[in-house]
Amino acid sequence: MMTSLQLLGFGSGGWGALLLLGALITLAVTASALAIGAVLGALVAAMKLSGRPLRAAVGHVYTTVFRGVPELLIIYLIYFGGSSAVTALGHALGFEGFLGLPSFLAGALAVGIISGAYQAEVYRGAYLAIPPGELEAALAIGMSRRLRLRRIVLPQVIRFAIPGLGNVWQLSLKDSALVSVTGLAELMRTSQVAAGSTRQYFLFYIVGGCLYLILTSLSDRVFKGAERQADRSQSAAMIGRG
Amino acid sequence: MDIAFLSQTMLTLIKAVPTTLILFALSVFFGGLLALLIVWMRVSGNRLLAGFARGYIFVFRGSPLLIQMFLVFYGLGQFGVIRYSFLWPFLREPMVCAVLSLALCTAGYSAEIFRAGLRAVPTREIEAARAIGMSGFLLVRRILAPIAFRHALPAYSTEIVLMMKSTALASLVTVWEVTGVAQRLISQTYRTMEVFLCAALIYLALNFIILQALSLLEYALSKHRRAPPTSPSPIPR
Repeated sequence: MMTSLQLLGFGSGGWGALLLLGALITLAVTASALAIGAVLGALVAAMKLSGRPLRAAVGHVYTTVFRGVPELLIIYLIYFGGSSAVTALGHALGFEGFLGLPSFLAGALAVGIISGAYQAEVYRGAYLAIPPGELEAALAIGMSRRLRLRRIVLPQVIRFAIPGLGNVWQLSLKDSALVSVTGLAELMRTSQVAAGSTRQYFLFYIVGGCLYLILTSLSDRVFKGAERQADRSQSAAMIGRG
Repeated sequence: MDIAFLSQTMLTLIKAVPTTLILFALSVFFGGLLALLIVWMRVSGNRLLAGFARGYIFVFRGSPLLIQMFLVFYGLGQFGVIRYSFLWPFLREPMVCAVLSLALCTAGYSAEIFRAGLRAVPTREIEAARAIGMSGFLLVRRILAPIAFRHALPAYSTEIVLMMKSTALASLVTVWEVTGVAQRLISQTYRTMEVFLCAALIYLALNFIILQALSLLEYALSKHRRAPPTSPSPIPR
């Protein structure tokens, strides 16, 4: 009979190293999802803000569906749907049998698509927070669309979006636990396997939960720091104006 | 498009809707009650109670619901104290475990939402109430609760929709609600897209109904914010 400490340790039969590896994979899934979601979110936000009815409608459907349907269902869609698409592609190229979508890719894509729906709303809100006078001024002195985007829009959107992105990151971090259903050995799945094979369910789920708490509180700190960093010029300007 | 397959899938999934609704209703109800208790502790002024509430909120908001659910479902049975207690016949049931973990989790989020609502109650209203001698429960019932609830309602609506989506996790502890049935259909038929479409439509419809009901409630509770009718409506002749 091993003690709890040995079970969690790094020696033989200890799950410590695997749990830490799981935590790293959880971070990797979440980071990839944030990146995928940033691209999708920016695209969808642009569609919603474009003022063209068709594009706006597509953007609206995207955010409604991927924020209104359970995350688990979307993970099933991407994992099973992606796998059958890959299998069909394989058959076309002459491969036989079932080909699975790599679970890391499927997980990052699924969480990324969900994250994209939330990020779209964050970016849209951030864009609307830009004082319209600044956009008009840029237009008035003859800045091109590109230059306006680079000098006026992007710097402010990024600054205004940081708190919202922090929330989306925390959501994605917790959604990434659901990717465990595809068998990817991230933190949730590793805790599950450890719990099942040692029959110490309580111990491993508590430890897994604590690791998640460490991840969420650390990333909270990172985003708070980023927020302060981005607001430096803002508060200085505020004082200067007074 | 295979209409026969779609309608068959839809019928199978709709049979699971009552389970989803029961999960949702019970966990929103118990989660709401628990959230009130946590908020009361958080603002009680007692350092021990407030500390406990802070810890509770931190733990349940900071970790994934799935791990909490597995902890309740698989973890609790490990202890003889619980296994041989009168509670075991209940805690053995997947449904009870699912509702328990959903309620515990939403209580953490709702407590913060209610607290934000409470902070939005203007101090002068509380002072005025105290000045005319209201205190304790009367103050809560007449002043604090109505104003705080109105302020908290928009954020609470979001939380309720999140709860509807969270009931999907109950399928992972063997409660056959809509997502669980959908997953079973997908692995039986390999027709992911069609099954997803049906299940997604059900969830979107449920969320739409809930949001409409809540915005109706919000409208009913904000009578004082609307301009009064200037003149009585003319009687048609």
